[in-house]
Amino acid sequence: MNFKKIMVPLVALSLGLASCGGNQSEQAGGTASDVNKDGILGAGATFPYPFYSKVFDVYNKEKGIKVNYQSIGSGGGIKQLQNKTVDFGASDAPMSDEELSKAPAPIVHIPSALGAVIVTYNLPGNPVLKFTPEVLANIFLGKIKKWNDQTIAAINPGTNLPDLAISVVHRSDGSGTTYIFSDYLSKVSADWNTKPGKGKSLDWPVGLGAKGNEGVSGLVKQTPGSIGYVELVYALQNKMPAAELQNKAGNFVAASLATTTAAANMDLPADMRVSLTNTDAPDGYPIASFTYLLLYKNQKYDNRTEASAKAAVDLVRYVIHEGQQYATALGYAPLPEAAVKKAEEILQSVTYGDKSLQ
Amino acid sequence: MLRLPAKSAAAFLIIQKMIQAVTFKTKGINFREKAFRKTLTLSALVAVILLLAIFITLLLHSLPSIKALGAGFFFNKTWDPVTDDYGALPFLVGTLLTSFLALLISTPFSIAVSIFLGEYYKKGPVAGVFKNIIDLLAGIPSVIYGFWGLFVLVPVVRLLQLKLGIPPYGVGIFTSSIVLAIMILPFSVSLSRQVISMVPDDLKEAAYSLGATRFEVITKVILPYTRSGLFAGLLLALGRALGETMAVTMLIGNTHALPTGIFSPGNTMASVIANEFSEATGTVYTAALIEMGLFLFIVATVINILGKQIIKRFTV
Repeated sequence: MNFKKIMVPLVALSLGLASCGGNQSEQAGGTASDVNKDGILGAGATFPYPFYSKVFDVYNKEKGIKVNYQSIGSGGGIKQLQNKTVDFGASDAPMSDEELSKAPAPIVHIPSALGAVIVTYNLPGNPVLKFTPEVLANIFLGKIKKWNDQTIAAINPGTNLPDLAISVVHRSDGSGTTYIFSDYLSKVSADWNTKPGKGKSLDWPVGLGAKGNEGVSGLVKQTPGSIGYVELVYALQNKMPAAELQNKAGNFVAASLATTTAAANMDLPADMRVSLTNTDAPDGYPIASFTYLLLYKNQKYDNRTEASAKAAVDLVRYVIHEGQQYATALGYAPLPEAAVKKAEEILQSVTYGDKSLQ
Repeated sequence: MLRLPAKSAAAFLIIQKMIQAVTFKTKGINFREKAFRKTLTLSALVAVILLLAIFITLLLHSLPSIKALGAGFFFNKTWDPVTDDYGALPFLVGTLLTSFLALLISTPFSIAVSIFLGEYYKKGPVAGVFKNIIDLLAGIPSVIYGFWGLFVLVPVVRLLQLKLGIPPYGVGIFTSSIVLAIMILPFSVSLSRQVISMVPDDLKEAAYSLGATRFEVITKVILPYTRSGLFAGLLLALGRALGETMAVTMLIGNTHALPTGIFSPGNTMASVIANEFSEATGTVYTAALIEMGLFLFIVATVINILGKQIIKRFTV
């Protein structure tokens, strides 16, 4: 068999096949927006998925409009919105300036609910522990190595702390939970801010990594003397021990839906792209965050119809008003009134060409 | 979208030409014979094209990282997505440590089982049951190995670590290697068993006639005769261990630091990709993960080709 004769066209063909994948954005543009045929398409964060899926289900029953939401992760949601393959995106962290500048048109952030990250641990009897920001940062930096360390004992008088090594457990997968947690630690600890900093994945100074909330909580439950962080929803569902954290006002606050909502009682910027961690609110839990729905500010793009633009805006309006009543039962903190008002203002700025969508 | 038909038409023409080139010499055979042969050739070609296409895709998408990081990618100890500093050395070491440790653990068992099934129980119901069970090991989804490791192996290893006075993580390179050793066992056994059963009877009978015991026949005749075949079996198993992702991700502890020993937690190339790819943003970050995939692809391919070559030399 003539080997060369075959290999040359083979390589050429493979090259062609490999380069086929580059044009996804061109393929899908414009086709996603036909309300009647496909319903409304959304994609993004996994954290609010149970909440969205409940609200969208009720919306479908009330208005007869289907919403197809794919929980592919915040990063994926942002990418799909940039490629205009969905009507709305969803993200746990606000888009960075760099990400916004890469988008083809201005994008608005509309908060839909709040989440929080709790600090859980495995100690004999699981007492309710109190942590100051410095102590928490130093534990996750590996500077405090034992549970009976002076600094922990000083803020937990009367608690019997064992002579046990602290094993830190963190998320191994890239995650919005890690982003919020490290965002908080970066604000309260100068050391943490220089290294490792904040991000969805970090170069952790100490500890073991586990995949997902279930991985972290599993490892914490198995390992005596361990400490880790998980989402509030997950901790509530699984009745895990959670530490009280000292907030900026100096109060020790337990994580709950009420204290999470309270965290948003601060000065909110007009575009709502704000980090709520280390909040000024005196009764607010310090590691809380908005989760966002993302829309193009000008809904007239590609061959999108006004009807589908209005459908998307109406849906988002439903989520921030009527939809809020379903949050608490599912373990999500509803938006405080001030935040709903601000979100409504942003929503009113969304247009179709020059036309308002009210 | 619009460019696709043109592309596929061109592809079709190329394939047709290739088939003409291949089937040129077989003119005169009747039409059905030819059509059948063409179909077979096409299917075989599709596999080759896919492999090449995967390679080229990985290469193209890792270009930003190859440009930005260069060869330092393989020697840098830091993997920090926050500062955009990527070095694969800890994961390279983690991959090699887990794979070779797994091979070390599984080799005695694999050879023992192969001798048992290839020499002592070649045929019969007992052999059938054992063969099927070993093959079943290869069919268990790796996530189940991960669960088993978490619930059974991790507590045991933790007790061992407490006895030895090292931090009782439970998870880590050692734990992953044990599970990997079990997972790769069927791959080396299936080849080694066949090779051992193929040793010519003349050789064995000659040894027996000189007064050799069965143990002597195995150690002095069978094992030397099948050496390269056994080695090929181990290589194939190694190729499998290098790429295993799910079970390892669940058990290795997922730390970015360079492992300091076999009990320390670590990370493999495959597990880092599985962990971080879905939420990776930024050009260099994504490209660095893909470059690691490219490297893994090349290593696994080379090891497989090497194994196949040794088998070929053995059987010819």
